[in-house]
Amino acid sequence: MLKDITLGQYFPGNTLAHRLDPRTKLMMVVLYIVALFCAKGFLSYGLMALFLLLCVRISKVGFRALVRGMKPLILILIFTAVLNMFYTPGRAIASFWVFTLTVEGVWAAVFMVIRIALLIMGTFLMTYTTSPIALTDAIENLLGPLKRLRVPVHELAMMMSIALRFIPTLIEEADKIMSAQKARGADFETGNLLRRAKAMAPVLVPLFISAFRRADELATAMECRCYHGGEGRTKLHVLRYQKRDLFCLVTMALVMIGAVILGSLGY
Amino acid sequence: MEPILTVENLTHTYSAGTPFERSAIRGIDFAVGPGEFVGVIGHTGSGKSTFIQHLNGLLKPTAGRVCFRGQDIWTSPRITHETRFHVGLVFQYPEYQLFEETVYQDVAFGPKNMGLAQEEIDRRVREAAGFVGLREEWLDKSPFELSGGQKRRVAIAGVLAMEPEVLILDEPTAGLDPAGCESILAELRQYHRAKGNTVLLVSHSMEEVACHAGRIVVLDNARIVMDGTPREVFSRAKELEAIGLGVPEITRVAMRLHEAGLAVDPATYTLEALRTQLLSLRGGRGPC
Repeated sequence: MLKDITLGQYFPGNTLAHRLDPRTKLMMVVLYIVALFCAKGFLSYGLMALFLLLCVRISKVGFRALVRGMKPLILILIFTAVLNMFYTPGRAIASFWVFTLTVEGVWAAVFMVIRIALLIMGTFLMTYTTSPIALTDAIENLLGPLKRLRVPVHELAMMMSIALRFIPTLIEEADKIMSAQKARGADFETGNLLRRAKAMAPVLVPLFISAFRRADELATAMECRCYHGGEGRTKLHVLRYQKRDLFCLVTMALVMIGAVILGSLGY
Repeated sequence: MEPILTVENLTHTYSAGTPFERSAIRGIDFAVGPGEFVGVIGHTGSGKSTFIQHLNGLLKPTAGRVCFRGQDIWTSPRITHETRFHVGLVFQYPEYQLFEETVYQDVAFGPKNMGLAQEEIDRRVREAAGFVGLREEWLDKSPFELSGGQKRRVAIAGVLAMEPEVLILDEPTAGLDPAGCESILAELRQYHRAKGNTVLLVSHSMEEVACHAGRIVVLDNARIVMDGTPREVFSRAKELEAIGLGVPEITRVAMRLHEAGLAVDPATYTLEALRTQLLSLRGGRGPC
């Protein structure tokens, strides 16, 4: 049952969206989000949606996979929509008790939902087409200038990639320990919340112990291979911008400028 | 003899309906009687771990049935749960599942889940500890203070304390030194003799299985390919080698001697038996 958890799932592929430099994709997502928050009316939102649709088509990631990724966030979407509907001042349509439904509120809710949905799908598109390792590489590279301010960028990126690397390992381990305790009659499925929480102790204690053991072993193994942090360390896969990166970034920038202009004009 | 555990046409498919679909076992038929000592042997990925996890209801069959004493173990959740007390399963590297503050409490985890009375739990814990050679004074220690081999004994005792009618062990000697292996296997054999319960020993070492089991089941590529006494199985040395399992070293020596023209049974699999045969060849004159 733990196997169903997917985090930052990456669908391997060989499309333009996959081959783009991860740094480009990261910057594009940032620009996209900025543009989204400048959009105001149907025209600007339509432009953003159209652009996302184009990217999805290029990446060959199924539209269904993107929508499925939104499922856990549906509650947040509904919550924001309802809040916007009732708490935006304007012409009232209906009101009961302290709630007043306004025309402006309904529009605000519609746009807010579109905005959040586009935002989520845009970022998901990036994680679907970029392997977690490439992504941490990109983050490390883009945050590089912060090294001058003594921010341990390399160490942070290393921690991130180690954490990502060990998620599947720990899930597998937890699965195994749960089976072993079930074989001794442990019961994780029945009883109230308190009983179930208590029942998790036989899983969590061995899991933590093994996580610490693994961390210890990994540290030793890294030291044996003379790891000493980021200074002077070279990369196996050096990130290099290509022509296509420039092209995509410029396109994204143009779309953003378009959305900002449209938005400021109120469309 | 009425079989205690039967498996009919058992099939298990992982990730069914996705591109990662993979059958770990296909159409397995198997039955084991009370008091048998069976060796289950197969390569990594042959499906043996998947197979044994079906026997106590940890995995639900994609197709087929698993019956304990003639009753399908998936009839109701209660029966599935109870089957786990009748069919004890010791996982690979079981020392990583210890969690209690003391060895005693950890061994008592299974019996406590069975809802037994305090005195009965106490009796079982002490008896199980005795079987695996845990000393009395270790019972109050933290399991994390013990050595690797001792931890594994604690974990095995944790399953023995449930007094399962069928005991399944998945590679109980993995990662131990030869002396540690030998002593754990000897303890198991003693337990089997004393209790007369069914034991399934999963292993990839032919030697280990040859010396202890009265019956050997060979799994390869998701199916049972051989099932018989060690003599029967080891006489098919060519097929075993084709699977990549091979025969015990003693059998290999016996086969060579047989090929060299000596009157030695090529399916001999214990040192003792080979010795007797060789001595009789010398006309009973005894070792030189």
